Amino acid sequence: MKTAMTRRTFLTKGSLVIAGTAMASQITLFNTSTTQATTQYPFKPHAFLEIAVDGTVTVWTGQTNLGQGSHTGIAMIIADELDAAWENVQVKTAIAAEPFKDPVWHAQATGGSTSIRHRWDLLRKVGSAGRQMLVEAAAERWGISADRCSAREGRVLHPDGHSLKYGELAEAAARRPVPDNPSLKSPQDYHIIGSVKKRLDIPDKVLGKTVYGFDFTLPDMCIAVVGRPPRFGAKVEGYDTQAALAIKGVLKVVPLENRVAVCAETTYGALQGRKALDIKWSEGSLPHLNDETLDLLFTDHLNKPGATAERSGDIAKALAQADRTIEQSYKLPYLSHAQVEPINCTAHVEKDRCRIWIPTQGQTATQHTAAKLTGLPVDKVEVMTTPAGGGFGLRGEQDPVVDSVLLAKILNRPVKVIFTREDDFANDYFRPASHCKITAGLDKEGRITGWSHQVAAPSVMSRVMAQYVENGVDADAVSGITDMVYSIPNKRVTYAMVNLPVSVGWWRSVGYSINTFTVESFMDELAHIAGNDPLAFRLAHMEKDSRAYNILSLLADKCGWGDSPSPGRARGIAVASCFESYAAHMAEVSVGKNGKITVHKVVCALDCGTAVHPDAIRAQAEGGVVMGLSAAFHEKIRFKNGGVDTANYYDYPVLSMSEVPEIEVYIAESQLKAGGIGEPVLPSVAPAVANGVFKATGVRLRELPFKTGLLARN
Amino acid sequence: MIELHVNGKGKSVDVASDTPLLWVLRDNLGITSVKYTCGVGECGVCTVLIDGESVRSCSITAKEAAGRKILTIEGIPDDHPVKIGWLEKQVPQCGYCQPGIMLQAVDFLTRNPTPTDTQINEAMDDVICRCGSHPRIKKAIRFAAEMTTKQGG
Ligand code: FES
Ligand code: FES
Repeated sequence: MKTAMTRRTFLTKGSLVIAGTAMASQITLFNTSTTQATTQYPFKPHAFLEIAVDGTVTVWTGQTNLGQGSHTGIAMIIADELDAAWENVQVKTAIAAEPFKDPVWHAQATGGSTSIRHRWDLLRKVGSAGRQMLVEAAAERWGISADRCSAREGRVLHPDGHSLKYGELAEAAARRPVPDNPSLKSPQDYHIIGSVKKRLDIPDKVLGKTVYGFDFTLPDMCIAVVGRPPRFGAKVEGYDTQAALAIKGVLKVVPLENRVAVCAETTYGALQGRKALDIKWSEGSLPHLNDETLDLLFTDHLNKPGATAERSGDIAKALAQADRTIEQSYKLPYLSHAQVEPINCTAHVEKDRCRIWIPTQGQTATQHTAAKLTGLPVDKVEVMTTPAGGGFGLRGEQDPVVDSVLLAKILNRPVKVIFTREDDFANDYFRPASHCKITAGLDKEGRITGWSHQVAAPSVMSRVMAQYVENGVDADAVSGITDMVYSIPNKRVTYAMVNLPVSVGWWRSVGYSINTFTVESFMDELAHIAGNDPLAFRLAHMEKDSRAYNILSLLADKCGWGDSPSPGRARGIAVASCFESYAAHMAEVSVGKNGKITVHKVVCALDCGTAVHPDAIRAQAEGGVVMGLSAAFHEKIRFKNGGVDTANYYDYPVLSMSEVPEIEVYIAESQLKAGGIGEPVLPSVAPAVANGVFKATGVRLRELPFKTGLLARN
Repeated sequence: MIELHVNGKGKSVDVASDTPLLWVLRDNLGITSVKYTCGVGECGVCTVLIDGESVRSCSITAKEAAGRKILTIEGIPDDHPVKIGWLEKQVPQCGYCQPGIMLQAVDFLTRNPTPTDTQINEAMDDVICRCGSHPRIKKAIRFAAEMTTKQGG
């Protein structure tokens, strides 16, 4: 199997190779062609940018290709500052390494819509440094000063009109020092950033050539599936090793801590082997846990005093003196990522190194997990990131890494651990369920005077970044409330942590995917009670945030908010900001007599700062609408008898083709720093639909997925 | 031994006859463009064409497929309107679901070369794309249909 990711492919002779790293927000660039990097900084010479003597420009990236299109975006940024000829540019995934660590997080990871926004300066500087070195190399050859030369489309131009190609200059440029502070272009000079480009990874995906982690194979590799507890706290009570070994291709049954692995020569052998194993499990620690008991537990927490996440002004006084006070509660369920490629990881542990092939969103975490299990130093763990069949936040989890490394050690050969779909649903790190209660006061003019908001939800942060949970507050659980786009004079946000053995994790848009539904639904309720138009009411509360004001205005303009929709249809809007971008949605809906909601059209307006790759941004925005509608209409993880009761997609339908509305996407003109895309495009979808449904029927949907039964008319 | 006919070539494989075709193609023949997602016929990412008809390879055994003409995405010519349409409309996001969905589209367009939007929705309603490439799948199918009509296909 070709992996295209071995270190041998680096450092072709004569190439100009530039790496960069950013620690404590200071960017340092290295000319690794001269191995300068290894002496200056303890990293191996992996690179962002490699210009070969034949003119090929290779952009190496440490970011994971989950389908979000940022590989092409990253290459576009570098290529623009480099003044490369786009047709010579290719992008490759690098082995995990120091220079690919996130400049803000100091760990290599793909998540939080950071691939570009955390590297905006770094990527541009890498490209610009390359251009400057090539220009200087040409100037030296011509014996003129560098400022008389210019660069365009992969060539350095002499003032007389003749030129040298980058490939011809690469070797000379490689011997030059990297400029400390290469000058960056003004936005009006961009010619690749913001242009129409085909995504570089799409041809292979269309031809079926992309090798995902699940497809990866090595000589002598075996495949393992693992039987894991089907209920919280359940323990292995027995299993039939002989029956498993009797299955064709099964090599070994390996008990691990409270789980049992079956290793086989083929996937089918491993699957059949695990079935034959017929593991008996104990009842578990919470046999009474089910949807109803969970619901009661959350309600109970909603009425408990919560930890203070935000307090400003005097909320008690504001509510007491309000002309009207309004109180409502909302509920959102646990959600699965349901990414199409099941979780997997391949490990090969040797005496002095461990190699891992994984569609991961957390390379550094993977290195640390494997280092701990093998006793090898972290830099002896080589992580090769494969393309991922979706991820949405799940793929930073370490369980498949642990199992594949442990098994590879025991079997002394490469092992690929795979999850089945059923494993994926049962062992997901779900988006937390969340219940909330909001109380607000309106004055006589219909302005919000106070907002009190209590959230009851499990905490993702207390598992993955406990140091950020302060005074009992998980900032993620209340995100979108504490930093809402509205100016509220008196505000209180409180949080009651729900502690359960149900594992929770990051899910696209994280806390914003939850709290935008509640904040934007409630804003709509307030607008209605205030007798104001939903748009005008929102705009009137946006004094502090001009980008929010502008994006909502752009949406209103593009969707024709002032015009009436076709007969029988109604419109709702919602807006949110997260990950340094702003998105607003308008949903046009109709509701049938039986309560069936049809979403006819969704318009999305997006301000993501500089739009690096508009077509990929549109694709993300379309995907955000589809996933947002899917969560609004269908998705909910169910629990029964102390375990997960959702087995496969038949229990967890996702949006289907006929439910997908017409989608229009408008991207605001901006020269600001590039913001996030993948996540900001989702949160305001569901509330826009709920608000449209209210407009159509007068019925307010305060729970996800929508209970359309509430809408049926006789 | 089971004799399979895949992408124009005969292959014999030594597997239990009730092995799902999906795993035979992937494990024994190394054709990993045929994907696994649900294993129970719910998603369509494992779709192959058998005698021209789209079939979910997780839900048919090697024995049932024996001797019949199996096509995977590699067996569809690179200039096929569906492949061109998918490139032109930049359909894939993660791309994992796409080979199966494209094969289902090939089958559908063969049976219905000039589909309406409603027919496209109906024919493609039972596939799963978690990334939400649906709007582009619809566009690519329309593109492929128009291209076929123009070619006089
Ligand atoms: S894997 Fe065959 S239909 Fe899903
Ligand atoms: S493109 Fe990712 S699931 Fe379809």
